[in-house]
Formats: sequence, structure tokens, C-alpha cells
Amino acid sequence: MIHGYRTHTLWIAFLLHRISGVALALFLPAHFWVLSYALNAPQKLDGFLHWAETPIVKFAEFGLVFLLSVHMLGGLRLMALEFLPWTSGQKTAAASAVAASTFLAGIFLLRAI
Amino acid sequence: MTLKLYMAQRISALIMAPLVLMHIAVMIYAIQGGLSAAEILGRTQGSILWFAFYGTFVVAVSIHAALGLRTVLSEWAGLRGTALNAVAWAVLALLLILGMQAVYGVTAT
Amino acid sequence: MPKEQQMSVSVWRGGAAGAYQSFDVKMEDNQTVLDVVAWIQQYADPTLSYRYACRVGMCGSCAMMVNGVPRWTCRTHVKKVLKDGHMEIGPLRNLPVIKDLATDMDSFFNKWVAAEGLHHPTQTRHDPIEAIDPASAARVEANAGIECINCSVCYAACDTVAGNPDYLGPAALQRAWSVYNDSKDSDKQAILDAVSGVGGCHNCHSQGSCAVHCPNELNPMNAIAGLKRETARNFFKRRT
Repeated sequence: MIHGYRTHTLWIAFLLHRISGVALALFLPAHFWVLSYALNAPQKLDGFLHWAETPIVKFAEFGLVFLLSVHMLGGLRLMALEFLPWTSGQKTAAASAVAASTFLAGIFLLRAI
Repeated sequence: MTLKLYMAQRISALIMAPLVLMHIAVMIYAIQGGLSAAEILGRTQGSILWFAFYGTFVVAVSIHAALGLRTVLSEWAGLRGTALNAVAWAVLALLLILGMQAVYGVTAT
Repeated sequence: MPKEQQMSVSVWRGGAAGAYQSFDVKMEDNQTVLDVVAWIQQYADPTLSYRYACRVGMCGSCAMMVNGVPRWTCRTHVKKVLKDGHMEIGPLRNLPVIKDLATDMDSFFNKWVAAEGLHHPTQTRHDPIEAIDPASAARVEANAGIECINCSVCYAACDTVAGNPDYLGPAALQRAWSVYNDSKDSDKQAILDAVSGVGGCHNCHSQGSCAVHCPNELNPMNAIAGLKRETARNFFKRRT
């Protein structure tokens, strides 16, 4: 539950980092499984890639690119905070990570459709 | 999380940062006009560089994801001790096996 | 004469199992949350248990959850927290409740010792007093955390503490960081070792709730980042 002690930018950044991390970890086995067909059963992979042309899957892919990007940029922010005695502007950095990720995922979606 | 696990988590993250950027760039480049098995294989098959790229990526992400899920399961599902470590090792093994299979699938000739 | 203004105050009663009980309390022009609790205990129900001492924000004993947020009640004005004439006062989060608004703070204080947040002397009482340069970088770092009053507000605000009972928590780790940066401390390795275990500084997710809620506006999150940096540096040094 979003209690009073959680309603601030860095806590939300934490939640986004955690949810994106879990989502990516759950997605990975499927990602690997499908790609492993490439050599031995390319027709299966093509069947899957054909299915992936549907708009709903494209939109899900947009989400995945966003999650990957925001997890990486958010993680870089955390490591900068930890290793580079850098403390000011954390909220701005967290917001910028979301903005940059939306931008990257947006470019991906525009090229995908 | 102890110092050793923390270092493994952060080092795997630092290794992945440039790989993820590259991965996103390749995705944006390759998605236009749709994907096909032939197109993917045409780029990666028989390439030592792509094998090293994806091989490193798979090892780093397996460690990173296993440790990350270990923390989440401990904090949000109350898993502790042997059970927690067993799950983390299982996740690591699963991702390594599936991941290396995928790397083999797109780079082997 | 205008009618007396009343507010309705829900107060936690009982131990871990219990319920909120509602009281009508007279509004005053100048009134802190602690004044409200004291009024209830004196005029409505003398069996209400709570803890306080100095009433001026120095002793750190009166922290409670006010409308779900940890606060020092003696320095929190009622007008700041009252919502539609109502407020809810509960015992601090992340600590076992003894009775009503009093929590058992043993685990909180024991963790200060477990984090080696204690002085390891370099000299004896017979040595001359050592001169300290207040402008040195290490002293500035140490000073950043010394106004902590051990009120446990950060500990109650921290979700990492909630999810991991072993975690030493923001206050203890901040003290460890202060002591680590104190030139008068002789056992820095003991501190780094103490904060590198299962409940150590590496559990912190930099959620920053400690810094948001600290009544003295300290930043334990930054102190913990400092410990992570030093332990990571030390990790490689010890291997070579």
C-alpha cells in the first residue's frame, strides 16, 4: 500500500526499479527459449516472430524496452550515488531516467510499427 | 545481502550497462521491417564477436537476476536461509542453461 | 463566546493485537501532537501508555506514527497534521508494541552496537586532548550525522527494515559512518566488517524515506552510500 511514508520521488524510483527488474527476470527465460530455436527450428522462430507482429505484442515490446532502459538508467543513478560521492539532484536524475527511457522505447515503437 | 553478494550484483550491473545500450541500439535498428530467423542468423551466425557479446551478457544477467530475485523473495516473500539460497542458485542455473542455449542457437554454424 | 472547537483523535490501544480508540479532544491555539496525547491520558483515560521526556525535540523518546507517518510528536503542531478535524496516532512502525503508543526499542538500540556505532578510543585520559580540524573532509562527513537524537523515526520509515528484520537500519549505519570518519577512532576495520554482514549497509535500496522523515533533516541514505563506497574499496584492497 502507498502509505504516507512512501509518497516521495526516490521511493517511487525504488519501486519502479524493483518492478522492472522482476519483470525483466521473468521475461528472460521466454526470450532465451524462443531464440534457441534459431538454428535447429528456424520455422518455429519465424512462426513466433510472425505472431509478434500483432499490435498488442508490439506494444508489449515497447514496455519491455522501457523497462530495460529504465532499469539500466536507474541502476546507473544508484551506482553513481554509491560510488561517486554524488548526492545532489537525485530526484531530477530519477525523473530523467524515466524520460530518457520513454524516449528510447518511443523510438523503438515508431520503428516497429 | 552481504558485501560479497553486493559486489557481484554491482559488478555484473557495470558490465551490463554498455551491453544493454548496445542491445537497445540493435533492437531499434533491427525491428524496422519486422524480424526473421534468417535476418537474426545472418547477423550473428559464426561471429566470435557476437558470441562474446551475448555470452558475457548471459553470464552477467544470470548472476544479476538471480541476486535480484533473491533480495525480492527475501524482502517480499519472507524466504530465508537455505530455501532462499537454493532458489537463487536454481534461478542462476536455469538462466545460464537457457541463455547459453540461445547464444548457441544464434551464433553456432 | 464561540463554541469550543473539538477534534477527533484515533489512538492505538493494546499490544500487537489491538484497535484504534476514538477520543474527542479540545482544540487549542498552540498544541502539539504530544500535548494531545498527554491531554487524553490526563483527562480522558489515565491508562493510556506513551513515552516522552524533554518535550523540546532533544531526547528522541516521543516519536509515533501520526496519520501513518513517523514524527517527533513534541515538535509536530496539530494544525500541520489535522485532516478534516481528525488525526490518527499509533505506535512506531517496525518495532514491537509494548502497550498503546509505547514500543520496545531494544532491537533499535542493539543494532547501534551491532553496527559498531560506538567509540574505539585511540588515547587514554592521560593523553593531552587531540586537536581536531573542523574543516577537514572526514570531520565534515562525521559532523553530518552527529545531530541524531535516536528517535527511530528513520527506522520506522524504512521499508528495508520492514522487509528484513536483520537489517541494521538507517540510524545505526549513520552512526557507524560518523564514527568511521572520526579521526579519534582506532578500529575502522571493525566498523567496515560490522556493516558488511547479512544485515549490513548493502541491503539499503536508497529509498530515501529516512532522509525525507528525519526530524533533524539528516541524511542517513548518504551516510549508508558512504559505507557502501568504503566497503567496496576495502573489498579490493584486502584482496591485493
